[in-house]
Amino acid sequence: MSTPLIGDYSAAPENPALRAVRVGVITFPGTLDDRDAARAVRLAGGTAVELWHGDANLHDVDAVIIPGGFSYGDYLRAGAISRFAPLMEKVVDASKGGMPVLGICNGFQILTEAHLLPGSMIKNDHLKFMCRDQLLRVENTSTAWTSAYGQGSGMVIPLKNQDGQYVADEKTLDELEGEGRVVFRYDGFNPNGSRRGIAGISNAAGNVVGLMPHPEHAIEAGFGPGSSAYGDVALGGGTDGIGIFTSVLTSLVAGGK
Amino acid sequence: MPRIVVDVMPKPEILDPQGKAIAGALPRLGLTGFTGVRQGKRFELSVDGDVTPEILEQARTAAATLLSNPVIEDVTRVEVISEA
Repeated sequence: MSTPLIGDYSAAPENPALRAVRVGVITFPGTLDDRDAARAVRLAGGTAVELWHGDANLHDVDAVIIPGGFSYGDYLRAGAISRFAPLMEKVVDASKGGMPVLGICNGFQILTEAHLLPGSMIKNDHLKFMCRDQLLRVENTSTAWTSAYGQGSGMVIPLKNQDGQYVADEKTLDELEGEGRVVFRYDGFNPNGSRRGIAGISNAAGNVVGLMPHPEHAIEAGFGPGSSAYGDVALGGGTDGIGIFTSVLTSLVAGGK
Repeated sequence: MPRIVVDVMPKPEILDPQGKAIAGALPRLGLTGFTGVRQGKRFELSVDGDVTPEILEQARTAAATLLSNPVIEDVTRVEVISEA
């Protein structure tokens, strides 16, 4: 096993078609993971566009990532105040037109508060903040954000949150299961008491996806988890999350972007 | 100055982890008379002047759209209180 170069920025071969895809990353007051999400887009071969929550338009992006953190200090409820940010209205409109939207952690919470995804997140059942490398299963590979993965394949990415317990009523949960909209499920260990072990879901069209753990922290050898669902890796060598970002770039290119 | 009080509680069918933790701590103080605790939120909206029906309606809208999330919470009270 060779030790990877730390921060090797030339890992992905340059592909002009992918580089032409513009993926917006929204920063709210209190967002933490915007830089990591933008770096993930660039390492996957695309172009990252910084968006501010107060912007009046989406700057011609082809997809949007709402990253993790504690927008507005998680005051009131996680994601509750961000939902009413000026740019969110544009995101909601664009998502209805089919634009791929990914919410990670706090971004997932914002998408549920904005009613783009059903259900909600409450405090972890054990009440503690949890930070660990978490194994997931990809259960739906037909979304804009998961096409690079094999059906049922594993993924080890960091999980770090306090309000990560996914809840919805039984009818909504049955609908999500029946329509194949449970996109990611915790494997082996349910870290927060989420109903039916749900780690991520999609809307009916599959263009809007939310997930609790952080693929953008598992994209670069040397800075990722110490394990991978694809076998042994060197220290920090887990890059299982990069497929999320290559998925959306290749989906958009294949769709005629 | 009158204020409008809005109470928001977790829905009965939703597990309330914070209430559960408080319920677990009470017996340590020797307070064993309680079978459960649920923790909610109280908001106080201050009003300059009289609370007109329009302002009360705004408070109800605020309670339903921003102050609570209907997936996990119920608005249990929207009421005007006047200072004595």
